[in-house]
Amino acid sequence: MTKRQLLMKRYIFPVALALSLFVGSMSVQASEEGGLPPAGTNVHDQASLQRGAKLYFNYCVGCHSLKYMRYERIAADLGLSEQEVMQNLNFTGAKFGEPVISHMPEASAAAWFGKAPPDLSLEVRAKGADWVNAYLNSFYLDPSRPVGWNNTVFPNASMPFPLWELQGLQTAEMKPAKPGEDAQVEKLVLSHPGKLTPAQFQQATRDLTSFLEYASEPAALERHAYGVWVLLFLAFFTLLAYMLKKEYWKDVH
Amino acid sequence: MANVFTNIGDWVNERAPGMAPMYRAHMTEYYAPKNFNLWYYFGSLALLVLINQIVTGIFLTMNYNPSAAGAFNSVEYIMRDVEWGWLIRYMHSTGASLFFVVVFLHMFRGIMYGSYKKPRELVWLLGMLIFLVLMAEAFMGYVLPWGNMSFWGAKVIISLFGTIPYIGDTLVEWIMGDFLPADATLNRFFALHVIALPIVLLLLVVLHIAALHEVGSNNPDGVEIKKGPKGNRWDALKPADGIPFHPYYTVKDLVGVGFFLMIAAFIIFFAPTFGGWFLEHDNFIPANNLATPSHIKPVWYFTPFYAIVRMIPSFLGSAVWGVIAMFGSIGVLFAMPWLDRGKVKSIRYRGTGFKVGLGLFVLSFFMLGAVGAGITAEVMPVWFGDIDVTFWENLFGRVMTIVYFGFFAFLWAYTYFGWEKTKPVPERVTTHD
Repeated sequence: MTKRQLLMKRYIFPVALALSLFVGSMSVQASEEGGLPPAGTNVHDQASLQRGAKLYFNYCVGCHSLKYMRYERIAADLGLSEQEVMQNLNFTGAKFGEPVISHMPEASAAAWFGKAPPDLSLEVRAKGADWVNAYLNSFYLDPSRPVGWNNTVFPNASMPFPLWELQGLQTAEMKPAKPGEDAQVEKLVLSHPGKLTPAQFQQATRDLTSFLEYASEPAALERHAYGVWVLLFLAFFTLLAYMLKKEYWKDVH
Repeated sequence: MANVFTNIGDWVNERAPGMAPMYRAHMTEYYAPKNFNLWYYFGSLALLVLINQIVTGIFLTMNYNPSAAGAFNSVEYIMRDVEWGWLIRYMHSTGASLFFVVVFLHMFRGIMYGSYKKPRELVWLLGMLIFLVLMAEAFMGYVLPWGNMSFWGAKVIISLFGTIPYIGDTLVEWIMGDFLPADATLNRFFALHVIALPIVLLLLVVLHIAALHEVGSNNPDGVEIKKGPKGNRWDALKPADGIPFHPYYTVKDLVGVGFFLMIAAFIIFFAPTFGGWFLEHDNFIPANNLATPSHIKPVWYFTPFYAIVRMIPSFLGSAVWGVIAMFGSIGVLFAMPWLDRGKVKSIRYRGTGFKVGLGLFVLSFFMLGAVGAGITAEVMPVWFGDIDVTFWENLFGRVMTIVYFGFFAFLWAYTYFGWEKTKPVPERVTTHD
């Protein structure tokens, strides 16, 4: 065997194997969440986060807390002043350093909806951004449900759709039911337009999902920025270590 | 300045004359074979990860609250409010998974080059004990964030002990300190995770290295350098194919450390959940004994063993057989030095049967992992359409379980009856990089 063949066999093959396993495991995971359109969120787009925060505090916080997010942190991360946050986002009278807690009493919430609305601090980490975004786009009118709404991504969700005035009203076209089975939703149609066009509404839910993605891991904003420098440093360190090794090993034959 | 250091050195030496010889015996005068390859990085990397886990673990305990009511909140507190808390936690969680990556590769290296064979049986046994303690340590650590997967994972794994006849149910209650994983369980797992098991682990690591340095390292050729010609540049009586561990392998391992840290940093900073493999989606939901996650499965590094439990059917009115098989799948590794009767150590000079057998063994390990992680159940309908997934998954998993154990049975027969046709082993080590 030539030296090159030896190198191929001893090093390149195991490395290639490890890499392919790595990529393989990632793609299996990707397909696991499959079926949902990509949310297209970007937590580094500050304007999008600000718009998302505005939507959250106008439409969501009435029922859903973000108990792990403080107003102060939101201001700092979204480039907003204390005054802006306290006047435009904080409607509960909480102090600037306090977390975002909904004013809805939990006991009555459970009575109204069957289940108290969940805290959304970690919703994107638990369900994925694609899921949250698709969920927000998939409400439709369903008179058979207690609050009149149903959802194709999360069937029989007990939540009414607070963004209806933005999106408009969607109704479901049902597939003909097979015998012995419930009818399935074929597709959703916008039967009554809302304040926003469908494209604008998609952007709005993307903003809202981005904000929730940020809320589920505020550290994501900084870790990407640090990561680049850490990797550059480590590449430099590895190069130095490699040169040091070469120098020391010169006399090993 | 140099004078000050010499004086301090002399001062210590006078009072502890055994220290310098010990340093020499393990570092500058420990002669390791000069032909180590890529596979020999993983021992030092395992040590690096162990130190990382201990240091980051200490900082995590400063803010973690080991109670059912406070654990989940305190982890989010670390992630959000503690300065650099997110980095410390991701270093710890990524370190846990990479620990297993490194240890699996380290063990595979040992099997590939016959490092468990005489005279290194004790090194192997101590290493296997480390692996066992590491699994317990990882399992208990996984429970601490008290997410929903922590809770249900703990419940399922502890329930395995419930299959033991007569004492099972009592044993499960005794382990949990309650009828469900609860405050008492979390408290004791915390104590075991941060004090008891790390101490045992450290002791075993010291013994593992001490036992290794007693007999000397194996190498990719499986040649005993101590039995070869004597005399190298540093010592006329030491192996000719040996080089001092320090500085040669310390600087070489530093290169491995650099590459490894780049991979680790990439995960920590850009993919800390690793697509749900290192930190699972369901574990971002607080523990809830009323809401079962849709797929209860252990973290990736336990999935091959978990698959074996699932694949062994109950019979004679007991489900204990799967649990026995699972512990057996690790126990049989302890017996490696005595199952493999072959005299040739390295795969380079072993028979084709060994190479094929080892390949199939690795394949079965990955495939069992896929079964345990629920990947097979997911891809089978996609690939084969409308089939009875449970039936085919069980069939596939059982075949793979047989292959896993079959490797050891085959290896024993192959070497005991002298079926193996080996190649001549060279007198000296052949290459270095």
